[in-house]
Amino acid sequence: MAAIKIPANNRNIANEIVDRPKNKILFRVAKFNPRVDTHTKYVDYDIEYDHWNTVLDALLTIKHNLDPSLALRYSCRQAACGSCGMIINGKPALACFTKINELGSDLVKIEPMSNFPILRDLAVDFTQMFDAHKKLKPYIIRSDSEISSSDETKEFIQDPSSVEKYIQFANCIKCGLCNSACPTMATDSLFFGPQALTQAYRYLTDSRDQGKNTRLKIIDDRHGIWRCHFAGSCSKVCPKGVDPAMGIQFLRGYLLGFRD
Amino acid sequence: MNKHQNNRAGIRAWLNPWRYGIERFAYWLMRITGIGLLIYFIIHIYETSSILEGKEIWNKMLDLTQTTEGHIILILVIGMATFHTINGIRIMLGHGGIGIGNASRPDYPYIPKSQNMKNKLCIYASVGLAALAMLYGAEVMFGE
Repeated sequence: MAAIKIPANNRNIANEIVDRPKNKILFRVAKFNPRVDTHTKYVDYDIEYDHWNTVLDALLTIKHNLDPSLALRYSCRQAACGSCGMIINGKPALACFTKINELGSDLVKIEPMSNFPILRDLAVDFTQMFDAHKKLKPYIIRSDSEISSSDETKEFIQDPSSVEKYIQFANCIKCGLCNSACPTMATDSLFFGPQALTQAYRYLTDSRDQGKNTRLKIIDDRHGIWRCHFAGSCSKVCPKGVDPAMGIQFLRGYLLGFRD
Repeated sequence: MNKHQNNRAGIRAWLNPWRYGIERFAYWLMRITGIGLLIYFIIHIYETSSILEGKEIWNKMLDLTQTTEGHIILILVIGMATFHTINGIRIMLGHGGIGIGNASRPDYPYIPKSQNMKNKLCIYASVGLAALAMLYGAEVMFGE
């Protein structure tokens, strides 16, 4: 059996990191219960954190130790599920993807994502975003099917270069940060939003899809693509590099005659 | 659902141009200059229609533009029109998908290609040319 020998002068780095004195920071968290409150109140929490801690870590520390009533939504803790979007120091971001020490501030102000109805505290209602998403038919539309009447199933063949055309937009995790940053979403409650419009482009540019005209008809609406003014804030806050502003402008290019 | 629970940022989302980089600033300035030019257009129609009231009233109206305040307003109009035109061309091209890069597999730290250096330079150029046009206007109106 092989044995691992640790040199005598080897420093125990793990212990050094654990023993390092913790930093202190003030978290100012928005609290609002629609059943009871008429306005948001901000509650301050002094917490200690390590340099690797994320905002989500801090919020869970608050929930477990200081205020069990704090409501927030989270799941994967690795920017894959899109559950923990919130406004962190004025900007929409994923709490699990934002390290406290990278904020460069002694005060961290946490608010629910704007342009989404508040369910409670930091948890917001995604119904409108998902409805808009569904409305733009986020799936492959074809006249035929993979399932044929014979026993054999077939594939819709796609070459790698075709995948490159939409893979960027397929990275969307539906976190809603783009909708929260969008200035049009701020005033037009019926606007489809950057998330849904980008997904319309994702499917429209998929070589297997045949629903181009169907989708273009849906987005050609006064609350559809014409409401985007290319402020670009959606792309600025996207945690997955989807660049919704690019997808939306490409999509509009079809209606303006710049693309076929 | 009350307004507070609805949580829509409203007009105040338009008023802060500093949170999302130069592109959001350009969006803000485009709105401000658009509204400014619309107000100027309405005033301009009112001003020029005064000619229907006779030569004397028309001359009185023209005299208003020859004051210091009138010159300052006209210089602002020159700046607004220049910025709105040049930035408008950038946005129109962008709306057709021109000059905003090509889709590709994104790599961390995910710098959006739609906000590439070409676009940023166009915004800086719009502001710079608007400033130059205003300086030229000031020279014409206030110079000897």
